[in-house]
Amino acid sequence: MKVLACVKRVPMTGGRIVLTDDAQAIETRHLGFTISPHEECGVEEAIRLVEANGGESVVLTLGSAEAEEQLRDAMALGVDRAIHLVTDGEEWDPQATAAAIVDAVRTDEAESGPFDVVFFGNESADSGNYQIGIRVAHALGRPVATGLKGVAVEGSTVRCEQEVAGGRELYELPLPAVVTVKEGLNFPRFPSVPGRLRAQRKPLASSAPARPSSRLEKLRLVVPEGEGKQAEVLGHGTDAAPRVVEVLQQIGVV
Amino acid sequence: MSTLVYLEHAGGEIDEPSLQALTLARAVAGGNMVAAVVACNSLLQAPSDALAGHGVSVVHVAEGETFESYAPRAVAEAIVELARRVGATAVVGPGTERGNEVFAHVAALLDLPFAANCVTAATSEDGADVTRVRWGGSLLEVARVHAPTTLLTVQPHAVAIETTADAAPEVEAFAPQLSDAARALRVVDRVGASTGGISLADAKVVVSGGRGAGSADGFGMIEELAALLGAAVGCSRAVTMAGWRPHTDQVGQTGTKIAPDLYIACGISGATQHLAGCKGAKRILAINTDPEAPILASADYAVIGDMHEIVPALTAAIRAAKSA
Repeated sequence: MKVLACVKRVPMTGGRIVLTDDAQAIETRHLGFTISPHEECGVEEAIRLVEANGGESVVLTLGSAEAEEQLRDAMALGVDRAIHLVTDGEEWDPQATAAAIVDAVRTDEAESGPFDVVFFGNESADSGNYQIGIRVAHALGRPVATGLKGVAVEGSTVRCEQEVAGGRELYELPLPAVVTVKEGLNFPRFPSVPGRLRAQRKPLASSAPARPSSRLEKLRLVVPEGEGKQAEVLGHGTDAAPRVVEVLQQIGVV
Repeated sequence: MSTLVYLEHAGGEIDEPSLQALTLARAVAGGNMVAAVVACNSLLQAPSDALAGHGVSVVHVAEGETFESYAPRAVAEAIVELARRVGATAVVGPGTERGNEVFAHVAALLDLPFAANCVTAATSEDGADVTRVRWGGSLLEVARVHAPTTLLTVQPHAVAIETTADAAPEVEAFAPQLSDAARALRVVDRVGASTGGISLADAKVVVSGGRGAGSADGFGMIEELAALLGAAVGCSRAVTMAGWRPHTDQVGQTGTKIAPDLYIACGISGATQHLAGCKGAKRILAINTDPEAPILASADYAVIGDMHEIVPALTAAIRAAKSA
């Protein structure tokens, strides 16, 4: 079984988002970076599939040179090798991103056979465009199910569980297939020190595709104005309890 | 110039995100009437009366047995067929999980850009200018869509529904040509939720714990308070990452988005990840040791201090008030 997990490097934003002076990006000088949360579960699932069935897991990202950190992180967890589509750090729009991933998948598959499953996050934490996985599936002529909290390969099909109000709905896709997953699919493992050391020696193939012009063109980012709220402090410590009860009674909760 | 709106419905009932999409679509259409498209397996389920007063001239009903259960690519192919037939310059839908899924299929089929979760939109020279949501609502992006047909979805609960004086629209049925791939991609089974109790998404009151709870055991007092208030228990992402609570309890951008009347956040600092999930709460009470914690700028009420002391005291006080 050959499995691909596509990931995106995103900043860990913490409590308050601050923009760069040109309003083109988040100010990240004081921030760490991570793999977008849904995709962490895609990486974990890819590793588990190969652990259970044998074969090879691959991680792919399109991002700046620094995004190698996230590829190494995934390999530290157990992914076998990485594909890095290196950018100059400028954002690529969803169509361009999907097209570059499709090219990379085709190149890899020409050399070492088709990916049985390609994992994406349902949407990236930062730009949240909700479309890369579906675009890639169409271009590759493969079925795609999205927003999954359950993925089980059974023979030549993959059983997919999507969380909906009041339960789960199921799809059965023939392999090869594309799936987009959500946090909660699994509990991702943590890297070990030997795993981190091994990751430094695992193969990483990088190339630098040219960025086409954006058809969904970001002009600028805006931090939304807060609701101008500042919490009314009802008190300090346990002494506040009677006042809190009063408020809860006023709003009809007690 | 014509604008087409995809509506989600359940047995003829149109949900709010779809009505919000209609409102923004009329803005894109410059105030003109719009056409709507729904998919169902029987015309009997088609909404018409529910669309009176929403500026819809005609509702096109894609009929077929494929639509008996949710079939995202089939819905997308129906939208594509209709958009071509009516010469749509904009196609608008609700920015729900499934609305976004359908539109991504439409975008892939037409090889057009797609702007998800917009809060404003207006036509421009070669497409549209939009404002769309990033980071689950913690950041906005001003963007330009360059396309002969603009595809966009509308962020749920960000646009106020505006009604018009129009009567119920005409209903026109059509049977779209569907590819084999579209007919094959559909829900084949459904299983009920296994968890009992009050669902986070629908709870009127939610009591959550964050890193400040200190351990899995720290949630004992939160469960007790929640039980007393008939509330659901939630938590922050830090808590699920620590393995103290299951992911099904997680409130946030990558967890459950909640909209209770009251949200009690205990020992939660208020990272953007978390606030994206609880901003739908009518009122927020924060219990936190740090008077500068970011959550206080989103909360209505705060108690400053250690949740391990305050939560049991509050539980006792509520119990006393209830028995008085």
